[in-house]
Amino acid sequence: MIEALQYEFMQNALLAGILISIAAGIIGSLVIVNRITFLAGGIAHSSYGGIGIAIYMGIPVLFGATVFSIITAVIIAILTLNDKKRIDSIIGIMWATGMAIGIVFVDMTPGYNVDLMSYLFGSIIAVPTGDIWYMFGLDVVIIALVTFFYREFLAISYDQQFAYLRGINVKFFYTLLLVLAALTVVAAIKVVGLILVIALLTIPTYLAEIFSNKLSKMMFLSSLFATFFTIVGLSISYLYDISSGASIILVAVLSLIVTKIFKR
Amino acid sequence: MNNLIEIKNLSFYYDKSVVLDEVNLDIKPNDYLAIIGPNGGGKSTLLKLILGLLSPKTGVINSTYDKNAIGYVPQNTNLNINFPITALEVVLMGHIGGKRPLFGYSKEEVSCAKHSLEKVGMADFEDTKIGNLSGGQRQRVFIARALCANPKIMLLDEPTASIDVQGQTEVYELLKELNRTICIVVVSHDISVLLNYAKNVAHVNKNLVYHSLDNVQKNVQSNNEHLCEVELLAALGSSNSCGCNHEH
Repeated sequence: MIEALQYEFMQNALLAGILISIAAGIIGSLVIVNRITFLAGGIAHSSYGGIGIAIYMGIPVLFGATVFSIITAVIIAILTLNDKKRIDSIIGIMWATGMAIGIVFVDMTPGYNVDLMSYLFGSIIAVPTGDIWYMFGLDVVIIALVTFFYREFLAISYDQQFAYLRGINVKFFYTLLLVLAALTVVAAIKVVGLILVIALLTIPTYLAEIFSNKLSKMMFLSSLFATFFTIVGLSISYLYDISSGASIILVAVLSLIVTKIFKR
Repeated sequence: MNNLIEIKNLSFYYDKSVVLDEVNLDIKPNDYLAIIGPNGGGKSTLLKLILGLLSPKTGVINSTYDKNAIGYVPQNTNLNINFPITALEVVLMGHIGGKRPLFGYSKEEVSCAKHSLEKVGMADFEDTKIGNLSGGQRQRVFIARALCANPKIMLLDEPTASIDVQGQTEVYELLKELNRTICIVVVSHDISVLLNYAKNVAHVNKNLVYHSLDNVQKNVQSNNEHLCEVELLAALGSSNSCGCNHEH
């Protein structure tokens, strides 16, 4: 196993896994306590539209997916802030529309032969150095914003109406949260794929919630758990030559089940 | 004006269904006002209008206090029970959003929040996760949060729903204590408990009917006991007149 670290692709894979775990732990905690998991899932799947457009236009996929998912996040934020009751329909529509756009553009791309599966299930072994820098930048931005605006994020997550009464710009921070979730989701697509990205956002955080009396502690523990799952999952995928995304998620689920059995 | 709040000819409607119709209400600085009435009668809407969460369709609400000097204890504090947040953090949320240090909370804010917790008798629970407190304890934490704004008036929406009788009494006793310096406005179903504490009652059902409780309380003999509605009606009936001229 150790000798595997000689290879640059393995170093990159490990680094990408750790960096994305930090982002997923922090943003995943906010997603869980705001109960917008389904919403993050919608953004993840609709980002496939951006991937399709990027492939068609010949621009970097990560860039295309990022722009597309930010637009999706802002649209969802505006629509759901005005009408909370229709949130599930709106997400369902965005989810399907994004994927449909992606499929159409990929169809229209002449001679397209990029492995579609790598976007659906991730290809952590093939993370280029540029993506690592993107993830690093994302971590820096997330940690800075969440540290600086911790009290605002806490207030809007716990009690939006009260936060509004105390003069907090609820709409702004809610939109910011969705945009950060979109960025995290896009970055995590390389690691676990867009199908499994929600698991990476929710399982470590769900586990961390059991041990946390504070949101900050939950964020820290989630990042830690996610990192652990990623490293173990990655090792198993290397040793047994199985899909890395799936193996990371199964390690996480297994840990959750074991914890749930022994805790209560 | 001598009143804290003066509501004049206030109407509110959602689409075409009228919720409040030509409501008038004055709230004095030292009042302990109970707002009662049937479900859907407009109690919560009236509260939201006073808070500024909704705007009146017609009529005006004049207030003499600063917008931030209003304490609010929302309904349904049992929601989000798994949320990882300590009692102290909930109280800290009560500080005004605009003024803040670069990171986290200032020393003054923390000491003020701890003082608020002390006031409501919850100082020992500052690090307890909010979901691990009992309903009555949690409600007192939310009152402490409202106290953080140094309010002149505190509005509570069904503060004792889903709390046992012991907890209810504690909450109302606490509010009575706070009423020495703060105006209290409580929306509640629980008329019999309120009668021991409230000074005035506003019955809201599209229209608003105002009662002063001065002469009613004398006829209700109870030692913090929970009267059933039948006993209550009997006690009120013996007073012959309630001082108002509306039809129930």
